[in-house]
Amino acid sequence: MLDYDSIGELARRAASEAVTIGRLVLADQAEQLDLPQDALLRRMHRNLDVMRAAARDGAQKELRSTSGLTGGDGWRMEQYAASGRALCGPLGGRAIAIAVAVAECNAAMGRIVAAPTAGSCGILPGALLSLLEAGRVTEEQAALALFTAGAVGMVIANNAGVSGAEGGCQAECGSASAMAAAALVELQGGTPEMAAHAAAIALKNQLGLVCDPVAGLVEVPCIKRNAGGVANAFAAADLALAGVRSVIPVDEVVGAMREVGGAMPCALRETAEGGLAATPTGAALREKLFGRGD
Amino acid sequence: MDIFDVIGPVMIGPSSSHTAGAVRIGRVAREILGRPAVRAEIGLCGSFARTFRGHGTDRALVAGILGLAPDDARVRDSLQLADSLGLTYAFHEEHLQSAHPNTALLRLWGEDNVRCEVQGASVGGGNILISRINGMETQVTGQQETLIVLHRDEPGMIAAVTGRVADSGLNIGNFRLSRPKKGAQAVMTLETDLAVPAPLLDELRGLPGITRVVPIPANRSV
Repeated sequence: MLDYDSIGELARRAASEAVTIGRLVLADQAEQLDLPQDALLRRMHRNLDVMRAAARDGAQKELRSTSGLTGGDGWRMEQYAASGRALCGPLGGRAIAIAVAVAECNAAMGRIVAAPTAGSCGILPGALLSLLEAGRVTEEQAALALFTAGAVGMVIANNAGVSGAEGGCQAECGSASAMAAAALVELQGGTPEMAAHAAAIALKNQLGLVCDPVAGLVEVPCIKRNAGGVANAFAAADLALAGVRSVIPVDEVVGAMREVGGAMPCALRETAEGGLAATPTGAALREKLFGRGD
Repeated sequence: MDIFDVIGPVMIGPSSSHTAGAVRIGRVAREILGRPAVRAEIGLCGSFARTFRGHGTDRALVAGILGLAPDDARVRDSLQLADSLGLTYAFHEEHLQSAHPNTALLRLWGEDNVRCEVQGASVGGGNILISRINGMETQVTGQQETLIVLHRDEPGMIAAVTGRVADSGLNIGNFRLSRPKKGAQAVMTLETDLAVPAPLLDELRGLPGITRVVPIPANRSV
C-alpha cells in the first residue's frame, strides 16, 4: 500500500511498475478502500459529470452569485474563446473559460466537486474538460487523470495542507494547479517523472500566494485565481513535457509551501483582513454587503 | 484520507465551511429532533453572523433542518422550500463565550411542541463539531459512525446500551457521557467502527429511560 507522503516516490513507483501514476493510485486506492477498481472509476466518472454540469451552469449569461458581487464572466470568456481570438489559443482559452464558469457556479451556490477545495474547484475541470471537448483524450483517460491529480493533492494535504486558513491561496489554487499540471502531463503521454516536475513547477509559480477574499466571500479574487491556476498548469505541463526539470525536487517544494504558509501573517490567511480585502475598494464592498463593524 | 476527500466532496458552493458544514449541522439538529421541524430559531456567531448571506449559510442551515444533503441542488432554494413545507424560521446574532467563529445555535420545535437545542461549529473542510445538545456538552464530529442517545440519568443505563451494542458484535471506538445534574436528562455518544443496524436502533429505542436514539452517519456517507 502507498503512504502518500512523497510525490517523488509515487513517480518512482509508477515508473518501476511501468504504469502511469493514475493507474498505480487507482489500484492502491481500490486495495485501501477494499472496493473493486471499477467502482472507484465509476465514482470518478460521476465527479467528472458534476464538473461538466458545473461548467455548463456557470456559463449562463445572467448568473449572479448570492452576494451579487460576481457572475457572467464565465459566459463572457466562453464567448471570447469561441471567437478564436484568444491569445492562449482555442484550447487555453476554453480551459480558462471553464475554470471561471465552474468557480462562478460555486459562488452562485451551484453543485461542484471540491478539488481540492471549493475555492479552487475550477482548475481541474478547466484542464480536463477542455482536452475532453477537443477530443484529445477519452472519458476513461480523464477519469484516470483525476487519480493522478488526487494523489498529488493527498501528498500536499498530508505534508502541508490545502486550506487557505492554514496556508493561504497557494495551498488551495496552488495545490489545484500542481494537481492539474501532473494530470495534464499524463494525459499528454508524459512520464511519471515529468508529471512530478510539472507539479513542482506549477506549485513553485504559485508559492507565496495569499488568501485575501473581499468581504470573506469565495468570489473576489478567488474566481479569477482559478483562471490563473489553470493557465499556470498548462505552462508547467508544457515545460515538463518539453523536458524542463524543476531544480528543486517536488517534495521539497511542498515543504517550502508549508514553511511559507506558516510564515504568512494571519491577515493573509482567509481572514479577509489583508491584501485585496483591505484595499479601499475591498473594504467598501464589504461595508456595502455586510455593514460596518465586526 | 482517501482520493475522494481530495477530488471531492461533491457539494453545493460556495464554501465547504460556511455552506457544506452548515448543512451538516442543520441535519444533525433535525435528526436529534426526530421529526420534521415546524419552527426554527437560529443564532449565528462570529464569522457565520457576519457573512451568512453571502455564503448562503442561512439557506444551508435551513436546508439541513429540512433534511437535505450538502450536495442537494435544492440547498440554494431551501428558504422557499421551508415556506412550502410549513417551517418558519428566524435568524439572530448570538454571542457565546469562547465559541468557534463559525458556530450556530439551533432551537427547533416539532409539531407536537417537542423541542431540541443544538450548538454546532463548522470547523473547516465541511467538518463539524456538535458541542452541545439540549444544554449538555458533547463532542460529536461525525467523522466516525456516531450514535447519540438521550436518556434519563439512572443506574444501569450505560451498561444497558453498551451491552447491547457489544452483543451485536459492533466495536465501540469512543464513548462519552454528559449530564448537567444527577438524575436529570443525560446524553451518551458512542463512536462505532460500522453503522448501527436498524434492528439494534429499534431495540435501544425500546429500552426504559431512553428518550431518543440518533444515528449520525460518518462524514463520507453524508
